[in-house]
Amino acid sequence: MYSKGLKPLSIATVVVVATWLALVFFYAPLDADQGFVQKIFYVHVPLAIVALCGFVAGGIFAIRHLRSGDRSYDVKSYVAIHMSIIFGTAVLITGAIWAKAAWGHWWVWDEPVLVSFLVVFLLYCVYYPLRFSIEDPDRQARYSSVFAIAAGAFVPINFAAVRMAESFTHPRVLSQTGGSMPGEMRLTFLVGILAMTLLFVTLWKFELSSKNASMQLKRLRRRLEATA
Amino acid sequence: MPALPLDEAGKYVAGAYVVLFTLVVVYIAIMAAKISRIERELTDLADLADKREPDEREPEIERDGEPVA
Repeated sequence: MYSKGLKPLSIATVVVVATWLALVFFYAPLDADQGFVQKIFYVHVPLAIVALCGFVAGGIFAIRHLRSGDRSYDVKSYVAIHMSIIFGTAVLITGAIWAKAAWGHWWVWDEPVLVSFLVVFLLYCVYYPLRFSIEDPDRQARYSSVFAIAAGAFVPINFAAVRMAESFTHPRVLSQTGGSMPGEMRLTFLVGILAMTLLFVTLWKFELSSKNASMQLKRLRRRLEATA
Repeated sequence: MPALPLDEAGKYVAGAYVVLFTLVVVYIAIMAAKISRIERELTDLADLADKREPDEREPEIERDGEPVA
């Protein structure tokens, strides 16, 4: 059921990721200020955007679960949050590498964008112990959905608060006026977002498909053993 | 801070991209392990179903009087 369309999606992901890498290293010009190190921007920022959107998507699936009572939405919410945690780990590591190369430090505690992302990441790390400490499947799904909604609402609030904060340390790359990126850089960045989105959706569908197969197997085993 | 020279910057850029692809590869390895487990369980269930099938068919064989191919 979840594996429907997975093959063309996987092919599209490979093609777009390859195109994105080609654009990053052979098309996008070198940044006048940071030089070659700025290439990290094309992996770090799209990963961060997609990870945050994944957290919000987890909250939206959780709302649908609570409204409909359909357990499949809870599984979708859980897998979206799980994938976002993986992407978030990559964001924190690539961000630390970029910070070391650009600012000379692995981490800067007075930079609101970095710290706020870490806060969101740690908040979602609580999701796992919360979910797996509840044995009853219905309660587990319900409590996890409530957490996913509350945390999902926190993500855009957190993003808006950071935007409003006065800081000139972290570069602003997207704004209502179009930011300060030249056309080649902007195209590479947008293809990067598309590549990371496709990667996220593909892995999300793979995980859902695997979880569904495990659940169906358990169901089949129970039925076979019950009638044995 | 002035821009790093290419040879030094290259290490950081390579590191950042390697992180992403390492995570993806590790994830795919975990998925492969999960699929192997699912395949094993499926084989077990197929064996279980095969063992049960002859027992269920016995009355039918007796009724027809000849073995089913």
